[in-house]
Formats: sequence, C-alpha cells, structure tokens
Amino acid sequence: MTIASLIKRKSELLHGGAGPVPIVLSTRIRLARNLRNQPFPGWAKVAQKCEILSQSSETLREVPSLKTATFFNIEDLADTEKHILVERHLISRELSESSHSAGVLVGRNQSCSIMVNEEDHLRIQVLRNGFDLEKTWKTIDSLDSKMEERLDYAFAQQLGYLTACPTNLGTGMRASVMMHLPGLYISNQIEKVIRAVNQLGMVVRGLFGEGSDAIGSIFQISNQQTLGESEKEILARLRKVLTEIVHHECNARMLLIESDRLKLMDKIGRGYGVLRNSHLLNSKESMSLLSLMRFAVDLGMLPEENRSLVDQLFMESQPGHIQYNLTGESGSDERDFYRASLLRKAFTKLPELNFDILLEQDFTKLFPEGL
Amino acid sequence: MTKNIKCNSCDNLATVHLTQIINNQIHKIDLCEECAKVKGVSDPEGFSFSDMFAGSIDSDSSQGSEMTCVACGFTHADFRKNGRFGCAVCYDSFEPILAEILDGMHPSLHHRGKVPHLALDRVDIQTKIEFIERSLRNAVDAEDYEEAARFRDQLTALRAVDENRSSIQINP
Repeated sequence: MTIASLIKRKSELLHGGAGPVPIVLSTRIRLARNLRNQPFPGWAKVAQKCEILSQSSETLREVPSLKTATFFNIEDLADTEKHILVERHLISRELSESSHSAGVLVGRNQSCSIMVNEEDHLRIQVLRNGFDLEKTWKTIDSLDSKMEERLDYAFAQQLGYLTACPTNLGTGMRASVMMHLPGLYISNQIEKVIRAVNQLGMVVRGLFGEGSDAIGSIFQISNQQTLGESEKEILARLRKVLTEIVHHECNARMLLIESDRLKLMDKIGRGYGVLRNSHLLNSKESMSLLSLMRFAVDLGMLPEENRSLVDQLFMESQPGHIQYNLTGESGSDERDFYRASLLRKAFTKLPELNFDILLEQDFTKLFPEGL
Repeated sequence: MTKNIKCNSCDNLATVHLTQIINNQIHKIDLCEECAKVKGVSDPEGFSFSDMFAGSIDSDSSQGSEMTCVACGFTHADFRKNGRFGCAVCYDSFEPILAEILDGMHPSLHHRGKVPHLALDRVDIQTKIEFIERSLRNAVDAEDYEEAARFRDQLTALRAVDENRSSIQINP
C-alpha cells in the first residue's frame, strides 16, 4: 500500500465503528513498549536503531492481525507524505521529524499503527471512530499480547513497563478521547473545563497533542499518569471525566440556544456562506468553519447524513492533504485556492441550513445516547 | 534583585523560567536562551514540559551526579539534560535517586496493571538455558564428561519446554 492508496482507502477514523456521533469524535489508546536488550531510541547509536527497526518490523509481520499491515520507512517518505500520516493521527510529529532509522506499521483500515523508534522502541496505537474505550482497550490489549509472544519487553515487577521517559512508566498507556466542544468554546468556558480536568489528573490538549492549538474546537482529553493504577482503573476514571465534559458541553449548547440564538444562527449561517462561496481559504479558517458545520449537524440544521462528509472535508482540507494534491512546490495562495474550490464544490451540493429547527423547544436530542 | 540562576541544562545564566504545578507540587525549570531554543521552549508547538520537569526536580541535589548506567553508559547529567533514560537497565543503575525523580509524577510507585507473563517466562527460560550452556562448555573444557552429560540432558529438557511454548504461542 502506498500513501496514495491509503488516502483513497476507507479508514476507521472516517468510516469505522457505528459511524460518527456528536461530541466524541474518536477514541485512541497508545501503549509504550521497549525491547529488553537495546538502548532506548534517544540514546541508541544509529546502527542499533537500524537493528531495532529491521528486527521489530520483521517480527511484527508474524503477528496475525498485522499480516495485511503496511510498513513505511521514514527514509522513503516525502515531507508531504509524512504530513499526511500526522494529519491522520497515524504518526506523531516527533516521528515525522526524524530522517532515518524509524518507521511505522499501519494497519489495513488505519485503525492501528505501530511506530518504531519514536521516543520508545514501540508505540502501539489503536484508534476508533466515536466513543468506545472498552473495545479499543480490548483490541490493543490483545495485539500487545500477540506482540509479547515474539518480543522481549523491558519490564520490572515494581515499575511495570520500562519507558524512556519516567512519565510513561507502569502501564505505558495513554488513553485519549477526541472531543468536539463548540458549545464550551463559543461560550468561553474551555479554560474552566481545562482547569477542572487537570485537577482530576487528566490533560487537555489540542488536535495534535502536546502544545497544539484548539483548532476547530477540538480537544483531546487523556490520562497523565501511568504508574500505580491498572489500565481498567485509568480508563474508568477517563470515562467519568469525559461523561462530565459531555454534560457540560450539552448545557453550554442549550444555554447558547436559549440566550444567544440569533448570534448562533448568524455565526453558523455566515460560516456556511463562506464555505459555499469563498475562493481563498486557509486551513485554520476552514477547520473552524467546518467545526461549525459539524455543530450545525448536531443541532439538526443540516441532515445527519452529511456528518461524515463534514468529517471527511475536515481531514482533507488540512495542509498536508491539500499539498499532496498539488503537484510540485506551491505557494499558500495556490493551496488556499485549491482548498476553497474543494469546499465550494462540496457545499453547493448540500441543502440549505434549516434555521427553523432552532426555534423548536425540544433539545433533549442534544444529549448523545450511550454516555 | 533576584540572584543569578544557572541554566538547568548548561551553566550559563538562566533567562527563561517556567513553572508548572502538578499534583499540588511546584516544578520549576530555569534555562538560558540558547537551551530554551534547543528544547523548543520559545516555540510552544514543540515544547513538552513533562519531558523536562523530571530533570529539574533534582537540580539542587548533588547526590547522583556521578552515577552512570552499567549497561549503556548513560550519566546522571544526561538525564538532567533530556529527562529521559538511556535504557531499561538505567532504572536499576539510578535506583538510589529514582524515588526523588518519580516523586509526585504518579499516584504510586507500584505497577498494578498488565504483566507480560509470556515474555517474562521466556526471558526466564532463556537465562537458564544460557547459564547451563556456559556450565556445559566449562565442564567440557575441564573434561568432566559426567557433569557435561548432566548439563546436556538439562539443556535438552529446557529447550523442549521453550520450543513447546513458542509453538503453542505461534499457533494458538
């Protein structure tokens, strides 16, 4: 599989699970694992890193569920291709910045990826559309067990899985949930939520993890600590925090409709107008407008069947994806023009916004089921 | 006037000061402009506090400054610079200062999660096999054939267990 076919192929993030739902975009769990007899990637010599890479990529191929996975060596990837893998959350920015002796194994439907020689020897990740911590854990747990049959993990009775950074010791697990929180964002309550979530031992980050912006009102909530609690306990805690945030988001949305209905209608209406008519759109603007369109679907202003289209456009209007479609070196005007055309074409096919629905009084449907 | 603070990474004058509160404990990092740039502090996109605060906790302690990992040669100074260890054995090598490094980082210092039983058993058997192989070579060198035969039998038995185990694992 090449990057080109990876883009065309159906992916878990866009087409998987029970389909996209309001508020919770995706669930992700990653495990940090290291080999017993090799120095960690940050300290290993180039020759050792090459050995780790070739050995583990070969061994991983023997794992039944990875038989159809594709291995990408970072050396063979162009910058735009790396960019696409980052935008699809298949590799981290850190891995994309390395130029040699690192790689990633990507599962067929892009729900699973294993980075080799990032901060740790192996970073296993399983990603699912929507909210499903239990299933995601089950999948990654069994994949990890299959890998353990063939690889000697660095492990100590007291400290658990040994990781390069002591902040990942123990379970080596970071479970995160990507949330779309336009209600809290528009009503300026995000800071408050971040503070409360921090006090509960969870971290809030932007779309691309550590240090990234809150593009499109999207936030990642994840556990900070990894040692001293079991995986199940950490997941239960995350679930609790998450349910709480969903509740606050729903309240914020209802409050917006109650007290700022006109402003909200205007904001979404203008966003729709720009997406339908603009000829130059940068990624920041397009992502925040598409975030508003997802919000419009949540509110019933756009039919539910358009949700996955909005999610897909959100992915495809990111800089790496746009650049990939343009040949050769292109300037930002060219990219912004291409992006605007892509969105214009998609949005002229959509029905008009249903503003009347905001005048109805029943907003119980704002609360997603199963949370 | 505040007194001149040295950079945590080198000995230059620190001009960048960061504070983060984790679990009600204050962690501080002081860096010079150069190191701040290298660590990405001036570029919030690339900066990760958690990667660094491990190194700063210990900044005033003279204990551990001479420590070196027996397996990979990683030093305490390296840890202070990177906030990451060199290899798995580092956790044994730096055991005397580990509690200090991990202080406040996690809810407790005892792992309660998943245990890789298969890998651990295999490592166990592998270590035994290596030990007996060495003993066998020594016995042969010493021309103690009775002893050598005993080791050879043990080895055959252990290898059978090992083989059996791995074949069960590969075709579950």
